[in-house]
Amino acid sequence: MVEKGKVFQILVHFIFILLCLSCLIPFVLMIVSSFTSETSLIRDGYSFWPGEFSLDAYKYTLMDTGAFLKGYGISILVTTAGTLVSLIITTLYAYPLSRKDLPGKNAMSFFLFFTMLFNGGLIPRYMMWTQSLHIKNTYWAYILPNLLMSAFYVIMMRTYMSNSIPDEIIDAAKVDGAGEGKILIRIVVPVAKPILATLTLLTGLGYWNDWLNGLYFITNDKYYSIQVLLNRMLLDLQFLMSNASQLAGSGVQIGMLPTMGIKMAMAVLGILPMLIIYPLFQRYFVQGIAIGAVKG
Amino acid sequence: MKCNAGQPLVKKTLRKYGLLYLMFIPGAVYLLINNYIPMAGIIIAFKNYNVRDGIWKSPWVGFDNFEYLFKTKDAWIITRNTLGYNLAFIVLGTVFAVTVAILLYELKAQRARKAYQTIILIPFLISMVITSYLVYGFLAQDVGFVNNSILKNLGKDSISWYSEAKYWPFILIFVNLWKQFGYNCIIYYATLMGIDKGYFEAAVIDGAGRWQRIRNITLPHLKPTIIIMTLLALGKIFYSDFGLFYQVPMNSGPLVNATNTIDTYVYRGMMSTGNLGMSSAAGFYQSIVGFVLVLSVNLIVRRVDRENALF
Repeated sequence: MVEKGKVFQILVHFIFILLCLSCLIPFVLMIVSSFTSETSLIRDGYSFWPGEFSLDAYKYTLMDTGAFLKGYGISILVTTAGTLVSLIITTLYAYPLSRKDLPGKNAMSFFLFFTMLFNGGLIPRYMMWTQSLHIKNTYWAYILPNLLMSAFYVIMMRTYMSNSIPDEIIDAAKVDGAGEGKILIRIVVPVAKPILATLTLLTGLGYWNDWLNGLYFITNDKYYSIQVLLNRMLLDLQFLMSNASQLAGSGVQIGMLPTMGIKMAMAVLGILPMLIIYPLFQRYFVQGIAIGAVKG
Repeated sequence: MKCNAGQPLVKKTLRKYGLLYLMFIPGAVYLLINNYIPMAGIIIAFKNYNVRDGIWKSPWVGFDNFEYLFKTKDAWIITRNTLGYNLAFIVLGTVFAVTVAILLYELKAQRARKAYQTIILIPFLISMVITSYLVYGFLAQDVGFVNNSILKNLGKDSISWYSEAKYWPFILIFVNLWKQFGYNCIIYYATLMGIDKGYFEAAVIDGAGRWQRIRNITLPHLKPTIIIMTLLALGKIFYSDFGLFYQVPMNSGPLVNATNTIDTYVYRGMMSTGNLGMSSAAGFYQSIVGFVLVLSVNLIVRRVDRENALF
């Protein structure tokens, strides 16, 4: 029995090591390529075995035109502002919903829930934001449409709050003369820390990774966030590569084209902030999902 | 507490709960603007839209846009692709995520569990744009790893991945699985963490083997979560991840038959001139059929198993 158990454990470890490798290997390809010289890349393609080492891609990305650093700045700004506002309005909507004694909360619950069942689709939304609210080519375009509040996250938070904050605590606070605002800030928010951390991570990810709002609403490269810049670079690259053979045929060197390494270096720099922040929030993640999503 | 007249009751409620009601306001205003107003704009599907008149004043054309849309081959292709991919994602994704979650739960080494958990979530953290870079790194025609390092060494001709549609159903399903399984697995794993350990101890005393424990304790505990997750996915079966179908194939023309879904169709129609009518008809089709599907799936579940219905 013991032997059999051990074999099983080793087998499971082996499966997980394979899974983890498959998760990480694409990133290895990206990182190795970003540190490889252009000549090697052109000769051998993107590869796991480093060719000639070079920091040129990073030098070029960070020093050239400044478009990259500006995009970084825009992404950081948008992510911080959006996440902060989102957490505030989500908490404010979720807390009253978690109060069993509030008259009329079912109506507010339905008002929220219905947005998960039905939506007007892309075209009416696009027209409202561009023609009535004129957010095209402004920073608002990154913050406001769609990402600011998710019904799903509100429900997660409400569920967490009603599961982990006993009514007696709130009643006791009321007896002591605490107002609703004080109860929310002093009692509810500290208890809701795991779900707040989970939603900070999810909302922050949503903002940092969003390129759709950029695709729909941003046409002026002055306002490119990091994801939008990456998106345009890839499509440009495709355009350039499809022309490369013709250019090469007519005697123009492929080496003249923007470097392959830069693309990968930009992608590496683009995921860096998330990979740094992720471990800080990770320990709340399972707990937050367990209580918020599963029991919801 | 009993009040016969309405007025004092309202006053009393407001005095007692006023601040709680105020808390709803920012979120409610946002939902009104971001979600409810565009719902009304859905009537654009029945109009011959022109910029000068806007949505509200453009002339009505009845079902013309729908007629045009369903006469094209596109209507069938985007419906088939959207439903087909989603079904594949639901079935394969659920089986894979549940299996991995159970294996993770069976592991004894705490530290390794934590490490695996952390790593399998990494693909979930990156954007579709970055994902498309990773895919490009492997599949690019001239410089991609597959063509350059694998096929070349095997002495095979390189494949132009971005212009051969037949490979893309597999590529897209693989990419989706790769990106999503970690998150889904954590959701199932979180459910497993809630199981009372006493069940397992009792089972061991009764001489139950590993497979019996999984079948009789673990899986039944996962059932409600599996049902809810599948329901949520079924409700969204008429919607697709725009980035996966637009960005990962790099909007490549020859692939459209394999990669066009309702969402990419609507976007392409919106961006090109003269196709707004059909595109908004497709949007309407998506919203309404999607809505009907959520309601009916929920109704069926309510009939069968009231506990697990969404609403």
